[in-house]
Amino acid sequence: MGIQRRSFLKLLGVTGMTLAIGEVGAATPKTDTDVEFNGILYDGARCKGCRGCEFDCAEAHGLPEPLPSKDVPAIRKTNETCNTVINTYNTDKGKVFIKRQCMHCNEPACAAACLTKAMFKNKTGPVTWNANKCMGCRYCMISCPFDSPKFEYHSANPKIQKCDMCFERLKTEESPACVFNCPNEALLYGKRRDMIKEARRRIYEKPDLYVDHIFGEHEAGGTGWLYLSPVPFDQLGLNTSMQQSSYPELTKGFLYTVPSVFVLVPTLLLGIHQATKNNHLNKPKEDE
Amino acid sequence: MNNNPQMALDHDSASIWKFLLGEMRPKGKFFTPFNIISVPIILLAAVIIIIRFWKGIGAVSNVNQDIPWGLWKGFNVVTGVAFAGGAYVLTFMVYILNMRKYQSIIRVTVLNGFLAYAFYAGALVLDLGRPWHIFNPIIGNSFGASSVLFLVAWHFLLYMVAQLIEFSPTIAEWLGARRAHKILSGMTMAAVIFGITLSMLHQSGLGALFLMAKEKIHPLWYSEFIPIMFLVSSIFAGISMVILEGSISDKVFFDQISDKNKKAQNGIVRGLSKICAGTMFAYFFLQLLVFVHKQQWDLLSTGMGQWFLLEMLGFVLLPMILFFISYRNNNITMIKVAAVITMIGVIMNRLNVSIIGYRWDAAVRYVPSWMEVVVALAVIFTQIWIFRWVINRMPVLRDSPSWANEHQ
Repeated sequence: MGIQRRSFLKLLGVTGMTLAIGEVGAATPKTDTDVEFNGILYDGARCKGCRGCEFDCAEAHGLPEPLPSKDVPAIRKTNETCNTVINTYNTDKGKVFIKRQCMHCNEPACAAACLTKAMFKNKTGPVTWNANKCMGCRYCMISCPFDSPKFEYHSANPKIQKCDMCFERLKTEESPACVFNCPNEALLYGKRRDMIKEARRRIYEKPDLYVDHIFGEHEAGGTGWLYLSPVPFDQLGLNTSMQQSSYPELTKGFLYTVPSVFVLVPTLLLGIHQATKNNHLNKPKEDE
Repeated sequence: MNNNPQMALDHDSASIWKFLLGEMRPKGKFFTPFNIISVPIILLAAVIIIIRFWKGIGAVSNVNQDIPWGLWKGFNVVTGVAFAGGAYVLTFMVYILNMRKYQSIIRVTVLNGFLAYAFYAGALVLDLGRPWHIFNPIIGNSFGASSVLFLVAWHFLLYMVAQLIEFSPTIAEWLGARRAHKILSGMTMAAVIFGITLSMLHQSGLGALFLMAKEKIHPLWYSEFIPIMFLVSSIFAGISMVILEGSISDKVFFDQISDKNKKAQNGIVRGLSKICAGTMFAYFFLQLLVFVHKQQWDLLSTGMGQWFLLEMLGFVLLPMILFFISYRNNNITMIKVAAVITMIGVIMNRLNVSIIGYRWDAAVRYVPSWMEVVVALAVIFTQIWIFRWVINRMPVLRDSPSWANEHQ
């Protein structure tokens, strides 16, 4: 025997430790700290409902131009031809507007659902869709709590459409099309952390103007889009009772049991098989 | 009916082709009631499928932005796979628990399971918007390993391989390939163990698919226990399917089944009904526990609540009692009735989670178009065609050739 039990175990331990420490050592320095999620703050008290962002968005993404305001209903959903809509709600504080689009969750359900990584949470925050990977199963649509991904049902080469936070545009410009063009400064783009600070400052300075809540700070585990509003958010068609933890959390438990099932169940089955192997031999025929 | 084809592969290759070509030809009468119904539907479905790939899914299907999964996924895939569960339950009983009593129906059950998976995977391709990327999660350029669907897709694929290995000795007997038969029979045990593990994971995985749709599924059907519910119900769904399929095969393929196996049939059905009653009791109790814990008594007075009560009492509790009583009274007919009620109940349950209870509050409800229904039926009919083709040729129901018993 070239290698002894004791020395083998020692070697195993050393190798294991090296691997473990090596992993930690490589993971700690720099990175991660300089890249942070970006986000967009929407201020419902500043928005005048001009729908300019809808037009800018359509132009930036090569989508058909939206219909003029007299032809559209007050409350709409985004669809495969428009990535964002401004909805109008009549509340106790008069007409209040809200912009709807993909929320760019910190831990997106769509990306966790995607079996090809076509839906992808980028390091800088945007959740984007990759045409070269998607197989069109639409599980992202089942999973998204905001119903953001939209599918081109009437195309032989269908795509998923949704707000991508102007991922391509941000490579050259400093802010997404809707933020850049908003005439009322209702939209603000920057580090998500800074957006939350700014939202808090606005609430603190004008406590009578805003409800004391930033929608998206904790909803669905935190979203890239953050909302301020003069009226409670449930009056604006947002689901205020949605869970505060992330949606992928819901499948984590199931996915974590898979490896243990793969180890334990075959072992168990083999054991039962061995134990019952000779049952039929010594059993008298009282079975009938 | 046919003279039990015996063909040794040691013959020259020309005669193999002749043999296979001969086997391709239809056997028996063509104008049977089943053929008269199924052929037009399959042809019509072929036309619809062409339109679907030409003009997009929206041209033939009523699925929409709010309800993206319709009949093809909710019925053919989610429901169909539950009924294919009989294969893993019976292989567990026969190969793991060594319950030899059920040996005679193992081949037909595995065949049924394999074809079900093959065709439901096929239905999945029809529903994929970009099916040319279907190999992306398999070949490794983009592993979405955090996805439940990724898991389910892989398990479908691997389980189909496992089932093919389980069934392969039958094919070898058909072809008279003695050496291959010996090797393939030796792989059965490994395939069974692997297959049962995979089945447990993807039967529950189909339920886990809906875990993230927390606010979209009616609270009476959504709970974090959907995966376990799906797993447990797949046991009695699969067995009910075996009972029903067995009683049909007994009549249709009467001349293929040996007298010994015919005599054993009632004992098998009775044993299966006992298992059904037991697992249904566990399932019902589990549903009851979840219901009580979630404190949703007030929901029962709504329309959806009554639908839920109907499912639980009429299509779980009732057939459970029927299975139990008819097991005690040895009433085979009543067991078959119970199996049919159970199957309707499982269809209800799967559709309630995936379609009916999904977005139950949506302004526009999803109702499948007639074209979706035709394609869904055609998938099942085609499967039955292949099933019949195989049974008429391979020793699935009839006894194996005598040489095959040496290495079992």
